[in-house]
Amino acid sequence: MSSQSFRPVRRELLRALVAAGTVALPFSRAFAADKITVGVIYVGPKDDYGYNQAQAQAAAALKKLPGVTVIEEEKVPETMDVQKTMASMIEQDGASLIFPTSFGYFDPHVIKMAEKYPKVRFAHCGGLWTEGKHPKNSGSYFGYIDECQYLNGVAAGHASKSKKLGFIAAKPIPQVLRNINAFTLGAQSVNPAITCQVIFTGDWALPVKEAEAANSMIDQGIDVITMHVDSPKVIVETCERRGVFVCGYHADQSALAPKGYLTGAEWNWLTPYTEHVKDAMAGKPMNNFLRGGLKEGFVKTSPYGKAVPEAGRKMADGVKAKMMKDEFVIFKGPLKDNGGKVVIAGGTALKQQDVTLEGMNYLVAGVIGKV
Amino acid sequence: MDASLGWWGVPIAVLGGAIRISTPFLFVSLGECLTEKSGRINLGLEGILVMGAMTGYGVSYLSGSPWLGVLAAGFAGLLLGLLHGMVCSLPRVNDIAVGIGLMLFGTGLAFFLGKPFVQPKAPTLPALPLGAWASSPQVQAALQINVLFIVGAVLAVALHWVFRNTRWGLVVRMVGDSADAARAMGYNVNAVRVLATALGGFSAGVGGSFLSLYYPGSWNEGLSSGQGLMAVALVIFARWRPIHCFWAALLFGGASALGPALQSVGITSGYYLFNAAPYVLTLGVMIATCSTRRTLAGAPGELSVTR
Repeated sequence: MSSQSFRPVRRELLRALVAAGTVALPFSRAFAADKITVGVIYVGPKDDYGYNQAQAQAAAALKKLPGVTVIEEEKVPETMDVQKTMASMIEQDGASLIFPTSFGYFDPHVIKMAEKYPKVRFAHCGGLWTEGKHPKNSGSYFGYIDECQYLNGVAAGHASKSKKLGFIAAKPIPQVLRNINAFTLGAQSVNPAITCQVIFTGDWALPVKEAEAANSMIDQGIDVITMHVDSPKVIVETCERRGVFVCGYHADQSALAPKGYLTGAEWNWLTPYTEHVKDAMAGKPMNNFLRGGLKEGFVKTSPYGKAVPEAGRKMADGVKAKMMKDEFVIFKGPLKDNGGKVVIAGGTALKQQDVTLEGMNYLVAGVIGKV
Repeated sequence: MDASLGWWGVPIAVLGGAIRISTPFLFVSLGECLTEKSGRINLGLEGILVMGAMTGYGVSYLSGSPWLGVLAAGFAGLLLGLLHGMVCSLPRVNDIAVGIGLMLFGTGLAFFLGKPFVQPKAPTLPALPLGAWASSPQVQAALQINVLFIVGAVLAVALHWVFRNTRWGLVVRMVGDSADAARAMGYNVNAVRVLATALGGFSAGVGGSFLSLYYPGSWNEGLSSGQGLMAVALVIFARWRPIHCFWAALLFGGASALGPALQSVGITSGYYLFNAAPYVLTLGVMIATCSTRRTLAGAPGELSVTR
């Protein structure tokens, strides 16, 4: 077949396909459906021992649900690229529920796409969705992983000899600051004199800088390190090599540091994923503000490593049991930041669900570092 | 043991960081130095570096021998260098454009082939405890020196000597300075350049294996973060002199360690600026050395950027 005779045929075909698509799609979206296509977008590789892996594990489990088709794209930068990816998932694959999993995807990319495709649901991971300000077909899901970081802190407080802890963080955004503060408060519940040094590397995945940060912390006598970066593998391995303790993040890294791994804060994204998928399939309105902690099964802790003393296990398990019963408050007044300013007044207790915590912009007393 | 060093931590961290971080810079810049001396420019070294890192890690994981990984990384680099050299030998081919293509190809291929190696833990290279004499554990840690660093330092001196004192070195320099003169002397210009580019690729591949097999010591896709490109700038900074490449690599390594080191002693304001130190340094070097009125002192005459 020559190319001249082929071209009109192809054009016809495309036109027919587009027409069929525009007719068929409204039906599949408007009513309760027994089939759904879900798009999941990752900012990095989905086997990074960290943030993306935790999301990808949930997506893999989602594939097993009846009637659910999952399409994925990894390493999508937080730029116009993510809009193109979302558009092609919607237009070509017919996705009606999208999980853009990286923090920086939301503003402006998800907002724009949500306005453009009002029938598609956009469930963004992170705390940026605001009632009345952002489209109703977008929303945020997130886990109160600071509960696990608090427990990390309790274990770290018991294991540390120098009473100096370290936290390697990517960027000073509210979720990260909340983790740093929870970790420090957890450690201070063991010994109020404990300090926590913060190093911001500047981006989510900078292996050389992360290793360098870990090394300079260890040189300063810090003997327990935890982190909030996308792929903790390098930091965990560096700590093990230098013989200091480490608390994991995102996923279970105990295999990387059999001697020094204390415990870790892990995600369990399958819980919010399933809820969104079920709502979408049943045609129920979207839950725009989906949150949960240990109690709801959004997060979990790694098993304790050998180095956690018995007293530490007991104390952490006690706090965990209280968290499971919703009886424990991490951020309660009087609480001062590390500049001496009172950030939570005495008598005020901010429970996990309190949205003021999602705009956290300070580091508590005992943290060495600046936002 | 007084575990805390306070302010002394900064110079020690910068020194340790310089030694740890500089090795890939050193290998890539020595490779590029050789290539550019022959009159070619290879911007694809970033791709070769990443490919070397992946190959080194993968082979070390599969064979259990990190040294075999280093060798394999070198040969992967050699092949990519050979490809660049041969493509550029075709008439009317722009080596800068091919280099950029090679950079994208190398990183893309490494990401594609490297997928199964992100998770597993490969055996890594051992270090020499040159700081064993010191009582302070920080100094000991800073002087944990990898054999590849020493190999790199020796290579810099050897390359310097080869360029100065051997027939081969003279041929490479002549081909780089005046292709016409080399042709008149009966040398095959293209063959020399292909060889120089391939050997340069070998060196860059070895540099990549250092990243994945020693420091930071695991393979993932954000591993290089532009170090191969910075090494190309570093060659210009070093004025195409191998020994200067060594010092320049140390300087860049130290600059990379500065940000985290300052934060760890409590200098917390302006960390974005300190973290950007190596990039600012690159930019500064480029501005300081570029001029529209003259070519750079020491630049090979046949280099397409200076022609």
